[in-house]
Amino acid sequence: MRAMIVGCGRVGAWLADRLAGEGHEVTVLDVSTQAFRRLQASFSGNAVRGDGTDEAVLRRAGLDGADAFFALTEGDNRNVLMAQLAVESFGVPRAVAKINDPVRAEAYSALGIATVCRTVMLGDALAEYVGLPPAGPHGVVAPTGNHGPHGPVDAGGDG
Amino acid sequence: MYIVVVGGGKVGYYLTRELLDAGHEVVLLEKDPRRAAQIADEVGSIVLTLDGCEGKHLAEAGINRAAVVAAVTGDDEDNLVVCQMAKHHFAVPRTIARVNNPKYEDLFRHLGVDEIISPTRMILAAVEQDIPVHELLHLAALEGGELQVLEAQIQEGSPAVGRQPREIDLPDGCSLFILVRDEVAQAIRPDTIFQVGDKVIAITRTECEAALRQELIGEPLPEPPA
Repeated sequence: MRAMIVGCGRVGAWLADRLAGEGHEVTVLDVSTQAFRRLQASFSGNAVRGDGTDEAVLRRAGLDGADAFFALTEGDNRNVLMAQLAVESFGVPRAVAKINDPVRAEAYSALGIATVCRTVMLGDALAEYVGLPPAGPHGVVAPTGNHGPHGPVDAGGDG
Repeated sequence: MYIVVVGGGKVGYYLTRELLDAGHEVVLLEKDPRRAAQIADEVGSIVLTLDGCEGKHLAEAGINRAAVVAAVTGDDEDNLVVCQMAKHHFAVPRTIARVNNPKYEDLFRHLGVDEIISPTRMILAAVEQDIPVHELLHLAALEGGELQVLEAQIQEGSPAVGRQPREIDLPDGCSLFILVRDEVAQAIRPDTIFQVGDKVIAITRTECEAALRQELIGEPLPEPPA
């Protein structure tokens, strides 16, 4: 699998190391080269400095033909924009946006992009530990609607 | 008409004032408390100190009964999210986004933003209008960017000089519809003969631009010897 991760924070770096360790081809993008220090010394993928909201940067970093895209920066809206770019402009079949605002996360799953909401996942895990029933989704929420106003997105990714 | 403006920068501030003067019901969302207080001193208590990107804040602002939402913050991604939430989550009939990066225009349009205002594009168009280049001037994009409305200025030595429309081998999907000659616009007729200095307004599929340019303007002339 070819995967691109934008945002080399704790989660981004951990995921990059994990995927590269499993033998996948990984490119990590971050605006700061300092962030790449979070990667293990053994990281075998590419680390590219650049702004992931810029289509030209994504293209140069090799997003064309990628199988998966993870938008994991600190900005919900940047993640939303990037994930939609990945789907619309690059036809990436699996694009995930980290969205920490639960309302926005739910809205965007309905709009056809996969979302992951740290607030709900973490809050739920803690509430469950003290005996409350789970209130929200535990992992990545797959798209529940079609992306864009012009009908379904080609999930096959071969077109 | 009830209008929600998101972003209290210069654009949001003046927009809000103009809308109020025109007698509309307006609410402005600005997340920075100091800026919000400053604007409220000028325009009254219609400023909410809220981040317009948060779903629950939009609900608080009564966005579901807004006729128009204008997202005019300085950040393109924020403007996109405000418009998409307004459109798809709250069923606002008309959304307007300010976009700084002109490359986002097509994407935003495709994602359902009704109106996209790009100051960068406007200034670029104004600059291009002053430069006599052998290029096509982009006037507007239609159908989500698939069609372009262009202006081509016929130059000395252009293949179109002295010819009628049917003598020009236009690529499929192009049509010439208006001629501007001596600052007068006229329809292009079968017996129109193109002259140097004519400006031809054409509509074309984006991928045919190069062929259209070749047929109308041709190669740039070499610099005359000094």
